[in-house]
Amino acid sequence: MSIIFERPRSLTDKPFHYCPGCTHGLVHRLVAEVIDELDIQANTIGVEPVGCAVSAHDYFDIDMQEAAHGRAPAVATGIKRVWPDKVVFTYQGDGDLASIGMAEIVHAAARGERITTIFINNAIFGMTGGQMAPTSLLGQVTTTSPHGRDAGSAGYPIRVSELLATLQGAAYVARVSVHDVKNIARAKRSIKKAFTTQIEDKGFSIVEVLSTCPINWGMTPADSLKWLQDNMIPYYPLGELKVDGEGVINR
Amino acid sequence: MGTVTERDDEMIHIVFFEDICKGCGLCTSVCPEGIVSINKDRINASGYNPAGVTDETKCTGCAFCARICPDIAIRIEKVS
Amino acid sequence: MAQKVLIKGNEAIGEAAIMAGCRHFFGYPITPQNEVAEYISKRMPEAGGCFLQAESELAAINMVYGAAGAGARVMTSSSSPGISLMQEGISYIAASELPCLIVNVMRGGPGLGGIQPSQADYFQATKGGGHGDYRLVVLAPSTIQEMIDLIVEGFDIADQYRNPVMILADGMLGQMMEPVVLEPKKRIERQLPAKDWATTGCDGSRPRNVINSLFMIPEQLEQRNLILIDKYKRIEQNEVQYQSIDIEGSDVVLVAYGTMARIARTVAKKAKELGISVGILRPITLWPFPYDAVAAIGDMPNVKAVFSIEMSAGQMVEDIKLGINGKKPVYFYGRTGGMIPSPNEILDYICDVLEVR
Repeated sequence: MSIIFERPRSLTDKPFHYCPGCTHGLVHRLVAEVIDELDIQANTIGVEPVGCAVSAHDYFDIDMQEAAHGRAPAVATGIKRVWPDKVVFTYQGDGDLASIGMAEIVHAAARGERITTIFINNAIFGMTGGQMAPTSLLGQVTTTSPHGRDAGSAGYPIRVSELLATLQGAAYVARVSVHDVKNIARAKRSIKKAFTTQIEDKGFSIVEVLSTCPINWGMTPADSLKWLQDNMIPYYPLGELKVDGEGVINR
Repeated sequence: MGTVTERDDEMIHIVFFEDICKGCGLCTSVCPEGIVSINKDRINASGYNPAGVTDETKCTGCAFCARICPDIAIRIEKVS
Repeated sequence: MAQKVLIKGNEAIGEAAIMAGCRHFFGYPITPQNEVAEYISKRMPEAGGCFLQAESELAAINMVYGAAGAGARVMTSSSSPGISLMQEGISYIAASELPCLIVNVMRGGPGLGGIQPSQADYFQATKGGGHGDYRLVVLAPSTIQEMIDLIVEGFDIADQYRNPVMILADGMLGQMMEPVVLEPKKRIERQLPAKDWATTGCDGSRPRNVINSLFMIPEQLEQRNLILIDKYKRIEQNEVQYQSIDIEGSDVVLVAYGTMARIARTVAKKAKELGISVGILRPITLWPFPYDAVAAIGDMPNVKAVFSIEMSAGQMVEDIKLGINGKKPVYFYGRTGGMIPSPNEILDYICDVLEVR
């Protein structure tokens, strides 16, 4: 008997608590598969955000720390400076990273901190019930933009990957999506490249993963993937913006 | 016409962990063979109708269903 | 006799941390304690440690959280407004039972305030400036030598109890120079537990370690609180430190800490010339506060009044009233905004209260 597909070793057995069709669980699996394939489970320390993934330590079978909202990159910096030869990653949502935590992610990238960030962009605050996020699209209806996000008062969605790619310390910056099986495979490749960038001591690495939030978007899981493809990808183009420090803005 | 490799000695076995499936249906939307569907007459402990495979013999082991499943509720093996 | 060195308070803070084995410092510039980070940025690499200037005090305290959670001896230093920015992080550090040292070189407040010395962060330090029931062990040096000794001891207290410890100094102590002995003087030897709870990367030889403080189930959060409450009781029983000077048989007792305790000694000398005997109680641990020592003053028949002298609008005076518990009149004299009460103005106030001329 050979295994074609099974649960990665780096995950615990605990089933995910995420809403039906929410892609958090899927991205957790990709990260765990990468940790398995790089054989770094014993050397990896994760930092979880405040948001839907706040109890990711229930799922990742590694040492983890829970950061205050937005501070995961700072917490990860503290850990990495203590254990430079360990692999340290943060897993953050768009509220955590692009709203309250923007200064921390920008400076971690600017410092070229040898950590990897998995940035889940689902254009909404999930855990707190569907409020507008810095990445919510113009016109997107949320519980705090009931008439649709209006640039006049709430400004424009932030393209985090492009922003961070301008920073010299950022060695690997990619934006991926999980809206279909092909892109899921690409997302995993990018996550692996990001972790490898850290292991090869090249600088800061981040993968922005366009994700869904069916419950707060008010759509079925399948429609959510479609909405992501039709609405988010045009505004947040996929691709590797920086590899080994070369890319959008070269050194 | 591509040749279909004979695999009479090997078979794909799909395991659906019904109790952790949330019936989100994503697996049903990606199966190239269309053999994965929500099982309306089964219900799990959380009250979801779990997904399942209708005709395992048609499964090619592509694992699309497992790769898109957000809950890792699908396990795929090749058994001889 | 060990060799004496003339050193500035802020630099002594840095050297003391390194002497105590601290190898990780995260900070941010803010007057009047800039020299702490400047000194450590030079010395820490020499000691094989890590100095990092964070993008804000808020980031710095969360780096401290991460490093402490990873098992390192770690410190940050700031001044009043910066310490305010750290309050959320400090609550998380206390809630997750992480040992670390936080130095507050107090300056005039509130708001942007000023850069002169102050003691107006007493409430914030001892009553908890962040959310939830938590406590910091708060140590208040009044000389640079004592600051060195309390930093060394502070790291041990932090590790022994897995709790953040704060050094509450002020701009005067930070900026002035005094001859000191740069050797760790340990008051007592402590049994420090291993940090088997730290996130060092789990190779399977031990269960996974998780540093967290979110408990959605109230019974679990209550459990965490009960653990903290029990710890704080033990600290209150074992860690109170204070100095009492000539309290027996005195007419009045001044209660003062840090820089104000030095000024109080001058007041006592001057008062003697007027025939008033003044005793001094100097709390060294502001939390756990020496309530028993204060209560004992309340039972002394000879003491007519107790004075709290502070560089604030009156904060420690409340704890003194709690200790005295109504047995004696308690008065307060203080200056704010970075103004430092002079011995004469304090003595005038005492004489007015005692109607002595």
